Amino acid sequence: MRNLPIGQLIVGVVVLLLLIAFPLFISQPVHVHTMILVFMFGMLATAWNIIGGYAGMYSFGQVAFFGIGAYTSSYLLVSHGVNPWLGLILGGCAAALVAAAIGYPCSNLRGHYFSIATIAFAEIVRIVFNNWKAVGAAEGLTLPMDNPSFSHFLFNSSKLPYYYIMLGFLILALVVCYFVANSKMGYYFRAIKESHRVAEVMGVNVVLYRLIAVMISAFLSAMAGTFYAQYVLYIDPDSVMLLPFSVQIVLISMLGGAGSLMGPVLGAAILIPASEYTRIALGAKGTGVDMLIYGFLIMMISMYYPEGVWKLVSRIGRKKTKTSVHPEKAAAVTAQP
Amino acid sequence: MHDQLIQQLADGILIGLVYSLVAIGLTLIWGVMNIVNFAHGDFLMLGMFASFWLFTLFGIDPIFSIPICFFGMFLLGMLIYRFIVRKVMKGPILAQMVVTFGVSIFVANLAVYFWTPDFRLLPPTILQGTWHFAGIDLSVPKVAASIGSVVASACVLLFLKKTNTGKAILATEMDREAALLMGINTDRINALSFGLGSALVGVAGAFLSTYYYIYPQVGGLFGLIAFCVVALGGFGSIEGAFIAGTLVGLAQTLGGFFFDPSYKYAIVFSIYLITIWIRPKGLLGW
Amino acid sequence: MNKATCLKVDGLSKHFGGLAANSDVSFSVEEGEIVSIIGPNGAGKSTLFNCVTGVYKPDRGSVAFFGRDITRMRPDKVCKIGIARTFQIVEVVSEMTVLENVTTGALLHHSRIKTAIEKADEILHFAGLYEKRDFLGTEITIADKKRLEVSMALATQPRLLMLDEAMAGLTKVELREILELLRKIRSEGMTLVIVEHVMEAVMQISDRVVVLNSGKKIMEGKPKEVVSDREVIQAYLGEKYSAHIS
Repeated sequence: MRNLPIGQLIVGVVVLLLLIAFPLFISQPVHVHTMILVFMFGMLATAWNIIGGYAGMYSFGQVAFFGIGAYTSSYLLVSHGVNPWLGLILGGCAAALVAAAIGYPCSNLRGHYFSIATIAFAEIVRIVFNNWKAVGAAEGLTLPMDNPSFSHFLFNSSKLPYYYIMLGFLILALVVCYFVANSKMGYYFRAIKESHRVAEVMGVNVVLYRLIAVMISAFLSAMAGTFYAQYVLYIDPDSVMLLPFSVQIVLISMLGGAGSLMGPVLGAAILIPASEYTRIALGAKGTGVDMLIYGFLIMMISMYYPEGVWKLVSRIGRKKTKTSVHPEKAAAVTAQP
Repeated sequence: MHDQLIQQLADGILIGLVYSLVAIGLTLIWGVMNIVNFAHGDFLMLGMFASFWLFTLFGIDPIFSIPICFFGMFLLGMLIYRFIVRKVMKGPILAQMVVTFGVSIFVANLAVYFWTPDFRLLPPTILQGTWHFAGIDLSVPKVAASIGSVVASACVLLFLKKTNTGKAILATEMDREAALLMGINTDRINALSFGLGSALVGVAGAFLSTYYYIYPQVGGLFGLIAFCVVALGGFGSIEGAFIAGTLVGLAQTLGGFFFDPSYKYAIVFSIYLITIWIRPKGLLGW
Repeated sequence: MNKATCLKVDGLSKHFGGLAANSDVSFSVEEGEIVSIIGPNGAGKSTLFNCVTGVYKPDRGSVAFFGRDITRMRPDKVCKIGIARTFQIVEVVSEMTVLENVTTGALLHHSRIKTAIEKADEILHFAGLYEKRDFLGTEITIADKKRLEVSMALATQPRLLMLDEAMAGLTKVELREILELLRKIRSEGMTLVIVEHVMEAVMQISDRVVVLNSGKKIMEGKPKEVVSDREVIQAYLGEKYSAHIS
């Protein structure tokens, strides 16, 4: 396990302090809201990173877990008065169980086949929720706005508490991802990403580890879903279960750098403000210009920065320990005299 | 009830045959280049709009705009391959998937920008009306579209099996490296296949435009269904896509008939998942 | 000294469609032996390997490892009980460094990363890859990749190591080095079963040789015996071998 380079650690602490101070100085709701979205998508992208970046399971269906989290806690709150913090945990568990149920039969799927299966799965979930009367079908659920307090996960007067809670969730997700990446699981995931055969031949129970990966990812995504529900106070299948949402999560991770710890967060920090402010500036008229720019951006990133931006950023201030040496030179290092 | 069932069967086959044509284009691209074209449904939309504007602005009946759609989309497909897809083919597989999502969003919103998100419908054209036959209603445009799809599919199959270029495409599909070693210019084959695949789905769009609502976002659902058809039929198999398209069409109408129409697409997607679990290579895939 | 029977293959058969890839193959390997499996292309050598290690499920017959029936066991379980193998087309994790690759293998029996890395370092020293431990899987030569693959296998602490055509594509110098490594491995108490085409290697290193042809075992014995057997020569060696033993 490599220790984090000191330079990066210091930068990280500074950034964290800045983020904590941010809303105290820049308090316009639109900016605070954008940062909240950055944190939320950063968390979702980090959750995706665990299965996509490390284990090579490119899921385009993460929105399903987000939605399951949002719906579970919201339904329990609205219909049975269950506290949203408890609903948060229950939503996570529900998502993890669904992930295991769908993940198990998909254990042998790789590459495109896995990705399309995730799309099919997420669409099924959306259609089911769109028609399920008990959870509001297409009308969705409206959450109660009375009794704001921390214990009710509800704040009316300002966005600040939401800001700090989401920042906290993001940090939690990063910590989880860090531990996963630097543990036995992390090594096994990366072997699985290369090929099932290589992993098996080293004694890895591929089915089991793939299940663990999707369950962790689903749990974290569901947490973000519950947060969203408590923040926006209204959810419906069109806001929490659409395919483009999943695509955005993948795009953010890819832009930032899939397979690195901070890449996805960096991607969110770049893409979310870009898309929010373009939408505000250009999207209102419904001409689709903001989406045109977004689509164009996706193409450019895929063609020119497929490895992500993090690789470039992390080279600054860190001694290169991995060198890109031509194989013949490498052989020369240990050639027999 | 009996009559209703037969009606559903007929409708299922009719829409299924159109699905087949859409899927054949997709499976060709997939088989030759191992690229999943998530923008495929949006090319369908472009075909629909092309037919619409050719009729609205120039009075050209959809039957006659089919060749125009074919060549237009063929060209567009080749261009997109040359300038976008070719670049990502050397990169990570994730980028290959995401880039076609980008094309999809771009194309769909380009349509929104130029033509607004409004729904449009073509007025009745040369082929119009409904046949009443053995107790069921067969809409003439739907039947024409289905026959058109069958003809187009047959033409493609003939092209692939009988012409030298076609055989080169099939060879590349089966074994890329061997094709390269035999002197086949795989880059040219890629461009041709992408062009041909796009042309076929454009033509399918022209057929659909005679009776389906035309709007920028129409591609999304058709695209997803096309994936299911391709997977069911077997990735890379033209015959498989043809058969699977019909089966998916039937699954959709019968599923909606026996269960709940609102869930019909969920049933289609479920069939996809079940197929991929049991027979990962699809019915006829290799 | 009474050596245990490490591996016992009994009546193994496997078809693919109409093709009988393995037909009633039986042989056993004593602990500490080096046994080579040879035969012309298509003889069924890799299929045999895959049946033993759980990649394929044999249609008939059985495989026993130190007396324990392992027929149809999942590949990762096969590894856990002590059989490690390499592949004909070398498989390493290209996005990980040499050290990380071997650490992954070591994690099987040492769950703590720190201990696994220590074990991996030991193995890298043993295999002569220590200086290259920070190179990525993509950055090393094919000979080093094979060495890495063997190291990854060793890291799982097997009692039986099975190598599938490890010598293919190696220069004379590299070949000598690999044989050196294999002898070292055997002297640590390991049993080796290798599939090989490179007759030079087979002659130098094997205690016994098993010959397959068209899915069947046609002979087994000491290298010199096998090489002079008429049926074997007819099936496979022909003129080619005389060119090799100069």
